[in-house]
Amino acid sequence: MKRFIYLDNAATTKTAPEVVEAMLPYFTENFGNPSSVYSFASGNKEAISQQRDVIADVLGAKSNEIYFTAGGSESDNWALKAAAEAYADKGNHIITTKIEHHAILHTAEYLEKRGFEVTYLDVDEDGKIRLEDLKAAIRPTTILISVMYANNEIGTIQPIKEVGEIAYENGILFHTDAVQAFGQIPIQVDECHIDMLSASGHKLNGPKGIGFLYIRKGVKIRSFVHGGAQERKRRAGTENVPGIIGLGTAVKRAANTMEARMKKESELRDYMIGRIKEEIPYCRLNGHKTDRLPNNVNFSFRFVEGESLLIMLDGKGICGSSGSACTSGSLDPSHVLLAIGLPHEIAHGSLRLTLSEETSKEDIDYVVDSLKEIVGTLRNMSPLYEDFLKTNS
Amino acid sequence: MYTEKVMDHFQNPRNVGEIEDASGVGTVGNAKCGDIMRIYLDIDENQIIRDVKFKTFGCGAAVATSSMATELVKGKSIYEALKVTNKAVMEALDGLPPVKVHCSLLAEEAIHAALWDYTEKNGIKIEGLEKPKSDIHEGEEEEDEEY
Repeated sequence: MKRFIYLDNAATTKTAPEVVEAMLPYFTENFGNPSSVYSFASGNKEAISQQRDVIADVLGAKSNEIYFTAGGSESDNWALKAAAEAYADKGNHIITTKIEHHAILHTAEYLEKRGFEVTYLDVDEDGKIRLEDLKAAIRPTTILISVMYANNEIGTIQPIKEVGEIAYENGILFHTDAVQAFGQIPIQVDECHIDMLSASGHKLNGPKGIGFLYIRKGVKIRSFVHGGAQERKRRAGTENVPGIIGLGTAVKRAANTMEARMKKESELRDYMIGRIKEEIPYCRLNGHKTDRLPNNVNFSFRFVEGESLLIMLDGKGICGSSGSACTSGSLDPSHVLLAIGLPHEIAHGSLRLTLSEETSKEDIDYVVDSLKEIVGTLRNMSPLYEDFLKTNS
Repeated sequence: MYTEKVMDHFQNPRNVGEIEDASGVGTVGNAKCGDIMRIYLDIDENQIIRDVKFKTFGCGAAVATSSMATELVKGKSIYEALKVTNKAVMEALDGLPPVKVHCSLLAEEAIHAALWDYTEKNGIKIEGLEKPKSDIHEGEEEEDEEY
């Protein structure tokens, strides 16, 4: 039987069976609109409210600070656009980083076209921003700082607490895109002075198409979707009841299993990193060695190209992803890999493998063994490797 | 996203390798964009391509188009080889996704570059054969990284 090893959990995760089970009745018998008055439907309002409590509790927030959205990208768009608009009378400057997800970067570019000024902070070779850069970037007109909690490609965790403190001391709104971090590592909004936080359901074994934006009480950001009174009138539209139930169930589950998962996944992660470094020459670990998501492994292999690597891994039943241009549909490799200083050709040869709680040591061994063989095959086919051997022999 | 033929030529590429003292060698593309193809030609005294080998750094389509291009020129005269277009390579592979069409162009250019090298070495001219346009940008990969 062909093996199937899914190591692309940063792209999306398997919806947990208990999450699906919790959702199902809300597609069928409990189909009522939560806004309806009759008792048949009002149970759904209560069910939604319970999920809000669960999520707020995990973040150390209040229930009325959680706003359900259609996912991480919507949350990011809302946070940036609405905050920019709401605080435009105070200033027009926004600070973010070069390694944000496109949901932030492209929204920032959109705002730039509308008269806002955006500073994109550089990162060091491990993908971390420098706090002195952040401090230096602050202007009297700065209204928002948006720094991702952890990077989706290289897994580096930012010094969020320090960023939050800087924002707080300067009276600037602080948003963090926690799509990759939420459910994987502990996050407390008060401790980090987070004013807004984006998260998504399908990254933590919940369903796709659901997420939330945490908005601290007192932050005057406006409605994103105008219409009915749902989500305290800030995000109109009949609630995605099954999605919200699924999200809440997944968050509860993630919180309960977090400690054990972090331990297991980071051990396997480090085992995998160790084996790759030792057994495959001319490779580089991308991202911070220790301040990284427990499930993230990202390597560049010189002289090989990422898409080729992915197709060959797929042939062995292994699912991964790459920051090469060929997988992005553009000519440039990943902006994150370029931002950490990788030359183009090395960025093209990147591979991201993201583990789950289901990943076993045996899986890792099989993947590393396969990878060794595949990198060898591709290098034997590579004119870059040929030249390298000739000039170094 | 790829046809069965592309997958076949990617997973079982034909004519991978090098030819020592080749009659002509051509390298095109650049590592910055993520594609480099190198074609080696062994051409006999009757100007027939006796053997052809390739090496490619690039995506699945880049490898498959190189492999197919070598198949299409093997055993042909240099004049026939010149007529192997990117379209012919694509057709032989049952098509490529639109974003990968440039890979087939690169394969055509690699063949032309190898033929150009052959004509230069032998002081001959082939009508319609021009000096290859794209060359690999050297010297960018030699950064002092911690490998």
